[in-house]
Amino acid sequence: MAETMPGTETHPIGLDQLERNRKALRRDTRAESWMRFRLTLPALLVIGVLMVAPICVLLSMSVVGQDGNLSLENYALFFGEPVYVQMFINTFVISIVVTAICLILGYPVAYLLAILPARWSGLLMLAVLVPFWTSGLVRTFSWLIILQRNGIVNKSLIWFGIIERPIALVYNMTGVIIGMVHIMVPFLILPLYASMKAIDGNLMRAAANLGSSPVHAFFRVFLPLSMPGLVAGTIMVFVMCLGFYITPSILGGGKIKMIAQRIQESIPLYPTWGPAAALAVLLLLMTAVCLFVSMKLVRRLSSGM
Amino acid sequence: MESHVSHRERLWLYIFVGLVIFYLVAPALVVIPVSFSSTTALTFPPPGLSLRWYEAFFGQEKWIGSLWVSLRVALCTMVVTTVLGTAASYALHQSNLPLTTTIRAILISPLAVPTILISVGIFFVYAAVGGFLNTLYGLVLGHTVVAMPFVMLTMSAGFNSYDMSQEMVARSLGASRFKAFMTVTLPQLKFSVATAMLLSFLVSFDELIISMMVASGPVSTLSRVTFSTLRDDVDPTLAAVSTLMLIVTSVPPLILHIWSTRAKRKER
Repeated sequence: MAETMPGTETHPIGLDQLERNRKALRRDTRAESWMRFRLTLPALLVIGVLMVAPICVLLSMSVVGQDGNLSLENYALFFGEPVYVQMFINTFVISIVVTAICLILGYPVAYLLAILPARWSGLLMLAVLVPFWTSGLVRTFSWLIILQRNGIVNKSLIWFGIIERPIALVYNMTGVIIGMVHIMVPFLILPLYASMKAIDGNLMRAAANLGSSPVHAFFRVFLPLSMPGLVAGTIMVFVMCLGFYITPSILGGGKIKMIAQRIQESIPLYPTWGPAAALAVLLLLMTAVCLFVSMKLVRRLSSGM
Repeated sequence: MESHVSHRERLWLYIFVGLVIFYLVAPALVVIPVSFSSTTALTFPPPGLSLRWYEAFFGQEKWIGSLWVSLRVALCTMVVTTVLGTAASYALHQSNLPLTTTIRAILISPLAVPTILISVGIFFVYAAVGGFLNTLYGLVLGHTVVAMPFVMLTMSAGFNSYDMSQEMVARSLGASRFKAFMTVTLPQLKFSVATAMLLSFLVSFDELIISMMVASGPVSTLSRVTFSTLRDDVDPTLAAVSTLMLIVTSVPPLILHIWSTRAKRKER
């Protein structure tokens, strides 16, 4: 650089002036970086103090026993009690079933959204977004009305002669699953739609051109290309299910307990923070593992193309 | 993307998606007729019509008081989160700080952490510090945590589609950084700001778990009172509450949606 600079030696400013200019520029860049950093501080402070710090403290508290020494007794507490074992089973079974149903219901909707002309897909998108905006509490209450003993679903089923007397659709596992799927489906549709929208339509036409049947082209071309969105959406729904609170508390009628409810209940139940902290750590760990696997899988699927 | 399959061949797909959409949209609307019911039973369709459940809502301190708490908290959360989040995403945009990615990840992370954990953490801090439990500002700060990712994502998208050199020009012509931002950048990002404000308002208005953990009694939010009523003694007043919540949470996004699509059409 130094040689190409025109007339460095004979320049009227001189070398030391150039050096000073460079220093001033560097100082300016540093001031700019520092200003930018200061602007993020208030937001960082709120998240840091209210979320990052207490979660770190809870992590450490989960391995402190009643006597104040390091121990795993808080974790042992859960694996001995049948109530807690049942809670873990509930959490996993509900999350897996809800995610699977969301997949079956959501994939065709995302597919149609991606292939419909703009006018119709806009309308369909609105139908997906309206429930997405609606409060979870409101929707849970609606299910309570619809699924109750003499609610519209039971009445219709009796009218059609499918059942003879009302069946219990709410305050049990069925109610929890119906209500949770309703809340989760949009969370699957939106990322799936985004990844399907990015697929080049010419690929499907090329497949047809080369003699592939529509079904064959779908399974060999479209489905693999939609995989990144599918994996990301599925794992996101599963993770959200794991920590879900509102729907299981209301539609489960206090009988179906998932981990989030147990965490809340165990705070006043035990004299120390240990048990609640241990449950919180388990939930955090499951969430982190799922998100990590999702990231790795999506990266591999996208780079494989 | 057009397809080479005929509509008739795809009929089953249309029917299936139609059923899914019915499942998604219809249930939320059930509360509207039930809120005008004349009986105490939660029957749908209602046997007769009346306004008694709206009278019950507006006549009871627990509902009106909590509605007022929720609106105040949501408005404050909206202002605080939008200001902090916009400042942070402005700073992180085009930044060459080594920590940029980490800071952004921290500010978006509340989206990935289950809310129950965030709420336990906030309760833990408030219990240790004192002075924040059962207060409006305790609620506002708590809601700011969960609303922050939405503001960050919205504003980052806004900044990414904006040409920063316009602000540079304003500054090189003598405007201070703040003035250049307020008069040149912000007006062009008005849809992003409006979306960020709306999302943070709605996140706060809907939030239940943090509200349950950190505030009770006279500072109970509408969502908290709705939840405990829903769990303990269900009656059609809840349908009136739900209908009002439906209006508060769905009309503003609709207005914003129409406003932004109109403006975009005009630009073309």
